[in-house]
Amino acid sequence: MSLIHLVILSPFLLAIFVPLLHKYFKRIHTGWFVLALPILLFIYFIGNLGNVMAGNTYLSTMNWIPSMGINFAVYLDGLGLLFALLITGIGSLVVLYSIYYLSKEKEALNTFYVYLLMFMGAMLGVVLSDNMLVLYSFWELTSISSFLLISYWYHREKSRYGALKSMLITVFGGLSMLAGIILLYTMTGTFSVRETIASVDIVTAHELFVPALILFLLGAFTKSAQFPFHIWLPDAMEAPTPVSAYLHSATMVKAGIYLVARMSPVFAGAPEWFWLISIFGIITLFWGSFSAVKQTDLKAILAFSTISQLGLIMSLLGIGSAAVYYDYLEENIYTVATLAAVFHLINHATFKGSLFMVVGIVDHETGTRDIRKLGGLMNLMPITFTLAIIGGFSMAGLPPFNGFLSKEMFFTGMVNATQIDAWNMETFGMIFPVLAWIASIFTFIYSMVLIFKTFTGKYQPEKLDKKPHEAPLGMLIPPIILASLVVIFGFFPEILKGLIEAALHSIFPSNFTVEDVHIYFWHGWTTELFMTIGVIAFGSLLYLTLAKWGNIYEWFPKRLTLNKLYDGGLVGLERGSFAFTKFYMTGFIRNYLVMIFGFMALLLLLVMGQTGAFNFSLDNASKVGVYELILALVMVIAAITILFTKSRLSAIIALGVVGYSMSLFFVLFRAPDLALTQLIVETVSVALFLLCFYHLPEISKKVNRLRFRLTNFIISISVGIVVILIGLSVNSSRVAESISDYFVKASYEEAGGKNMVNVILVDFRGFDTLFEIAVLTIAAFGIYAMIKLRLTKGGSQ
Amino acid sequence: MEIVMTIVAGILIATAVYLMLSRSILRIVIGTGLLSHGAHLMILTMGGLKRGAAPLLGQEASSYTDPLPQALILTAIVISFGVTSFFLVLAYRAYQELKTDDMDKLRGNENHE
Repeated sequence: MSLIHLVILSPFLLAIFVPLLHKYFKRIHTGWFVLALPILLFIYFIGNLGNVMAGNTYLSTMNWIPSMGINFAVYLDGLGLLFALLITGIGSLVVLYSIYYLSKEKEALNTFYVYLLMFMGAMLGVVLSDNMLVLYSFWELTSISSFLLISYWYHREKSRYGALKSMLITVFGGLSMLAGIILLYTMTGTFSVRETIASVDIVTAHELFVPALILFLLGAFTKSAQFPFHIWLPDAMEAPTPVSAYLHSATMVKAGIYLVARMSPVFAGAPEWFWLISIFGIITLFWGSFSAVKQTDLKAILAFSTISQLGLIMSLLGIGSAAVYYDYLEENIYTVATLAAVFHLINHATFKGSLFMVVGIVDHETGTRDIRKLGGLMNLMPITFTLAIIGGFSMAGLPPFNGFLSKEMFFTGMVNATQIDAWNMETFGMIFPVLAWIASIFTFIYSMVLIFKTFTGKYQPEKLDKKPHEAPLGMLIPPIILASLVVIFGFFPEILKGLIEAALHSIFPSNFTVEDVHIYFWHGWTTELFMTIGVIAFGSLLYLTLAKWGNIYEWFPKRLTLNKLYDGGLVGLERGSFAFTKFYMTGFIRNYLVMIFGFMALLLLLVMGQTGAFNFSLDNASKVGVYELILALVMVIAAITILFTKSRLSAIIALGVVGYSMSLFFVLFRAPDLALTQLIVETVSVALFLLCFYHLPEISKKVNRLRFRLTNFIISISVGIVVILIGLSVNSSRVAESISDYFVKASYEEAGGKNMVNVILVDFRGFDTLFEIAVLTIAAFGIYAMIKLRLTKGGSQ
Repeated sequence: MEIVMTIVAGILIATAVYLMLSRSILRIVIGTGLLSHGAHLMILTMGGLKRGAAPLLGQEASSYTDPLPQALILTAIVISFGVTSFFLVLAYRAYQELKTDDMDKLRGNENHE
C-alpha cells in the first residue's frame, strides 16, 4: 500500500465520515469539509506532472486476490494523469459550486456528498488501475454512484426513470466489458493492461480478437453515450446540475473514451477497430448535434451537445488508430487525429463544465430552464452572460477560444482520413469530412441558441417564478475559473504540450514514436480554415432562419425514436416474460406432471439412442416359471382394472390385489422378509385408503369413470416403454459381479446372524435403517400434527 | 423371466403415470402406490432372478438369492409406506377443509387466497 493507493481510496474514507460531519456540524455546509480533499488530490497529481512529462511512469501493486492474479495495481502514466487531473480539478470546482447551489436547509446533503465522493474515488480508480478486473470494479461503482446521483431527488418520477435507464444501459455495457476482459484473459493469461499490451502479438493473432474488441467497445459506447446507446444521457439531466456538470459532461461519460484510448495499443491497427469507432463516433456526432437544435430545455441542449462532442472525440480516436496501421510512415499525418482527440477532451471538459454551471445559475436565479420562457437576461446577469459567451463560442469552435483550435485539428484529422488507402476508405472516405462539416454547422446553431435565446431577446418577467439577479460570488467562481481556462488554452495552447505528449505516448504502442506536438493558433490559409468560415456562414444563416426550417424535426416519425424503442422494449420484455411464465406456469399440477414425465421420457430415449444402449441379449436370463407368469397376469389385469373401474372402491381393492400379488412374488422369488412386510404394509395402506374414501365430500361422491385423454395416454405409455427399455438394456449388459458373495460369507462369521437380509439391515448397512426409522417417525408426527393442529389463517386455534 | 418381470414393472409404471395425471387426489395417491410397486419390482428384477435358496444361512444351500436388493426393497417399502400414509392423511384433511378432491379446483394462486 503506497500513497497513491491511499489517494484513490481517500474519497471512500472521507465518505464514511460525511454523515457524521453533517450531523454534528449542522451550521456549516457539509460541502466545505469535502472541498479540501479534491483540492489536495489535485495538488498531489500536479506534483506528479513533471515526472510523468519526463516520460516516467509509476507502478505500485497491492495484493488483493493474488491466487487469481487480481491485484490492486496502480499505474500512473500520461493518460491516467490527464484524467486524474480532470477528475480532481473539476471535482473541486463542482464541490465549491454545489455548496452554493444546494441549500443547507432543504437538501439531504449527507447523501449527496457521500455519493459524489464515492463517484470521485471510483473514477480515479478507473483511470489509474492497471488490473482490468479492478478497473471493472471501479467502472461499475461509477455506474452505481451515477445511478444514486441521478435519482438524488428520488420523489420525482422522472429522476427515477432516468436513473433506471442509465443504470440498465451502462451496466449492460459494463457486463459486456467484463466478458471482453475475460476473453483477453483467456488469450494472454493476465489481467494487467500493460502485460496485455506487451503480448499484443498473441491477441492480434487470436481468433477471439474480434469478439473481445466488440465487447470492449460495447462497454465504451454505452458509458460514453455513443449512438444508439446515447438515450440515457438526456434523461440523466434530472440530476442536480453540479452532478450533470461533473458526471455527465466532464468525467464519467469520458470513461468510455478513456477505455478506448487505454486499449488502443491492444486493438488499434485492426480494420474493425477503425471502422466501428470512427463510424459510430461520426454518427453520434452528427445525430447529437442535429437533435440538440430542437431541444427547448437548456440542460437537454447541453446533454445532446455532450453526446455529439463525445462522438467527435471517439471518431478522432478511430481515425487516429490508422497511424498504427501505417507503422512509421514518413509524414505521420494520422496521429494528428489522436492529438486532436486528447486536446478536445481537455477543452470539452472546461467549456462544458462551465456551461452546465451557467445553466445551473440561470435555473437557480429564474426558476426555469425552458428557453421559451427565458430571454433578455443579458443586463440582469452580465457575468453569467459573459461566461455563456465564452463557453458557447468555444463549443461552436470560434476563435479565439480553445474550441476553435481543437475544431481545426478535428477538421485536419477528418480531411487526412480521406487519404487512407486501406479498408475501403477509397470508397467511403469522403463521408467523414462531409458529415463532420454538417455536424459542425449544427453545433454552431445550438451554441447560438443556447446563448442568445437565453440572454438576448425579450425579457418575459411574467413567465418567471423568481425575480432574476446576478448569482452569488461563490457560485460564479467555479465557472469563471473554467472559462478563464478556456481562454488561456485558446491563447497559449503550448502549455498543455507536455501533458498531451505524455498521454499520446500511452495511447500509441511503445515502439511508436510520436512527433513533437505543436498546436498552432494560426496555421495559415488552409482547407480547415475555409471549412470553419463555411460553418460560421451557413450556421449564422440557418440560425437566423431557424423559425422557417425548424419544422423539419416534425417530419421525423415520433414512434420511431430510440426512446420509444427502449421503452417499448422494456415493456415488451416485461409483458413477454409475463405471458411466457403464464403460458407454462398454469397452476394445474397435471400440466407440470405432463412436462416432467414427457421430458424425462424424451431425454432418456435420446440419450439411449445416442449412446447405442438398445442392445438386448437373453444370455443372462433365468427360466420362465408358470406360477410367476400367472401371477404377472393377475397383477397386470388388476393394475389395468384400476384404470377402467367406475367406482373408487373397486380401484382401491384392485390396488390391494396388486399389493398382495407383490408379496406373492416375493414369496416366489425367495424373499420371506419382504413378503411379510409387504403383506402388513398393504393391509394397513388399504385400510387407510378406505378411510379416505369414506370421508369423500358429499358433492363429488357420485361415481365417475376416469376420463380418457390422449396426451396422458401417450405420456404414460412412453414412460412405461422407456422404463422397460432401460430395464432390458440393464439386464443384458452387466458390467460387474454382485458384491453379495461377501454378505453370504461374512454375515455369520463376522456379524453372527444367519438371516442375511436382516444382518444387512441392522449391521452392514445399519445407517439406512436408522434414517428409515426417522422417516417413519417424522411421518407419524406429521400426521399427528395435521390432525390435531387446526390453525386458521390468523394463527388462532 | 427377467423380460416378463421388466414388462410387468413397465406396465405398472405406465398405469401409475396415467393415474397420476388424473384430476382426483385419491387416484393420484393410488398412482403413487402403483409406482412404488413398479419400482420395487424393478429393483428385484435388476438384482437378478436366478433361482437359489432364500437368503437364510441355515438352509445350507450351495447358492442363495442376492440379499442386497431385498434389503434395499425393504427399506423402500417402509419409506414409501410412511410417505403414502402421510399423503393419505393430507388428502383426508384437504377433503375436510376444502370440500373437494378435484385437483383442478385446488389450483393455488397467491393473488386470491
